[in-house]
Amino acid sequence: MSDETTTPTVDGGPEVVDIWLSGTEVPPTDEGAQEMAESETEPRLREQLGSVVADDYVDDEVAPEDERMIINMGPQHPSTHGVLRLQLELEGEIIRRSKPIIGYLHTGMEKTAEGLTFAQGPTNVTRMDYLAPLHNELAYSLAVEQLLGIEVPPRAQAIRVLMTELNRVSSHLVALATNGMDIGALSMMLYGFRERELILEFFEKTTGLRMNHNYIRPGGVAVDLPPGWRRDVARIVETIPARIQDYEDLLAENPIWLSRTKGVGVITAEECLAYGITGPILRSTGVDWDLRKAFPYSGIDQYEFDVPTGTNGDVYDRFLIRMEEIRQSIRIVDQVAETMPKGDYRVDDRKVTPPPRARIDESMEALIHHFKIFTEGFRVPPGETYVAVESPRGELGCYLVSDGGGKPWRMHIRAPSFYNLQALPVMMADTLVADTIATIASLDPVMGDVDR
Amino acid sequence: MTDERQVADEGAAEGPSPAEIPDVLAELVARFPEAVYAPSAGQHTLTVSRDDYHPLAEAARDAGFEVCADVTCVDWFRRRPVRFELVVNLLSHRHRLRLRLLVPVPADDPVVPSLTGLWPGANFPEREVFDMFGIVFEGHPDLTRILMPDDWEGHPLRKDFAVGSVPVQFKASHKAT
Repeated sequence: MSDETTTPTVDGGPEVVDIWLSGTEVPPTDEGAQEMAESETEPRLREQLGSVVADDYVDDEVAPEDERMIINMGPQHPSTHGVLRLQLELEGEIIRRSKPIIGYLHTGMEKTAEGLTFAQGPTNVTRMDYLAPLHNELAYSLAVEQLLGIEVPPRAQAIRVLMTELNRVSSHLVALATNGMDIGALSMMLYGFRERELILEFFEKTTGLRMNHNYIRPGGVAVDLPPGWRRDVARIVETIPARIQDYEDLLAENPIWLSRTKGVGVITAEECLAYGITGPILRSTGVDWDLRKAFPYSGIDQYEFDVPTGTNGDVYDRFLIRMEEIRQSIRIVDQVAETMPKGDYRVDDRKVTPPPRARIDESMEALIHHFKIFTEGFRVPPGETYVAVESPRGELGCYLVSDGGGKPWRMHIRAPSFYNLQALPVMMADTLVADTIATIASLDPVMGDVDR
Repeated sequence: MTDERQVADEGAAEGPSPAEIPDVLAELVARFPEAVYAPSAGQHTLTVSRDDYHPLAEAARDAGFEVCADVTCVDWFRRRPVRFELVVNLLSHRHRLRLRLLVPVPADDPVVPSLTGLWPGANFPEREVFDMFGIVFEGHPDLTRILMPDDWEGHPLRKDFAVGSVPVQFKASHKAT
């Protein structure tokens, strides 16, 4: 104790004398004695923590060229959620720069849309974000309806909310499952897909398909809910929250999970706004922004729900937010099921809605009417509009331009995954290469959505 | 006589009534007298010249439009005298407001200033517009093809790019066959 004395220096400031240099027998070690290295200075640490982003396009001149290595990850990598390819510039185990390369799943769907009638459009857009097909259909249908100037009946609106919120649950379940699988929590993968099956079974019963439903169409929905839907929805509402509690018990305080996710893939609110990043990633930074609250659509403002936000903007917060959003969506689904209005599930507008199937057998006019709608489609007045919905991945917008014909002049989808992917170089700058997988998984990109 | 009155009425209907424009937008419109405010389907839309485009976007950002939600383009091939129209959707969290900028871009000089300096998130969508429409963004840090293969010829979303005109997708596979 007496060894550690402070002697006054010339300018009066205290000077620390090292313990083991002052005559004790403790062998000298490096520990605690080395000067703060160049890589640990305050600005460097802030970069590593993600609060400051190194410019992607400027070379870091500190390291010599031969210590840098560019590795290529993907597009055939199991953890890149499809065909994402990343070029990572490594310095040892640290990623200095990274660049996502996309387009491997590009199928020209916006071009295809220009050749399809407005009525055929949902079959096309539903294949973009294949984990949240109903949200794509909803954004497209809302845009068409806005140009047509029609309002769908309350039952159609409620069915749309019911189906899209269930879709959010199923999409988030896949996100949790793959997030778990990528980090090594394999049981999470099995649980997530097991619970998703519950919802997909209900989708199959209602729409006829597990994915790519073409269920939400301009003017309403394709068919009414099937008999016994209340029982199925009640089962989902009962089962999912209990299972979410299981996941939370399993992972939320699991030390391995915490060490793989806490403080990993950090992004700040300012960066999110600047890069146009939306959805759970934006909310994980503490920004209370949800299009369902900000610009309510399809009557979703009638239902009570909360928007969960995080504080740290890391992988762990995004994991918690997805679980809480599942709970909130189940809350909405429960309210919709209780207050489901009676009435028609399609708008009563002969221009848009085909006649009931039974009428076709007995009426020639109904047959012609049906034929006209399914071959020529309907004309949409000239105009342009941008409608956005909150998909599980963020702001899903549809920009639609009509020249007055039966097909869109231009249809553009603002894909949330496409924008969110720009967060990847920000999140991964100066982090360990081992965290790449966890970061990508927490972004939850759907490559069909990115490439369209 | 009746014709004249109809024209006058239409003019009155098209002109924005000041009560409907939020203050933020009214200030923007006042600063850029050449920008034409015309709501479309109840959405705030400004048609901007290319010269005003970047200054107006910067003013909009400073006025509270923190997010550049979307950049895309429309090809008005043989429908309008100015072929391309750049479409920029801005979003303000603070004002809970969306604003759409429409910028006519002529086909013989398809160059516009890049927004990447204002919103780094404009990087990917501007690359997409370059890829699909061949619009060049001046000042973009990495203006390369993003969705199509690097050796692709033409810009697929242009209206004069036929859907079935290319037999095989990649040059390498074309040589093999």
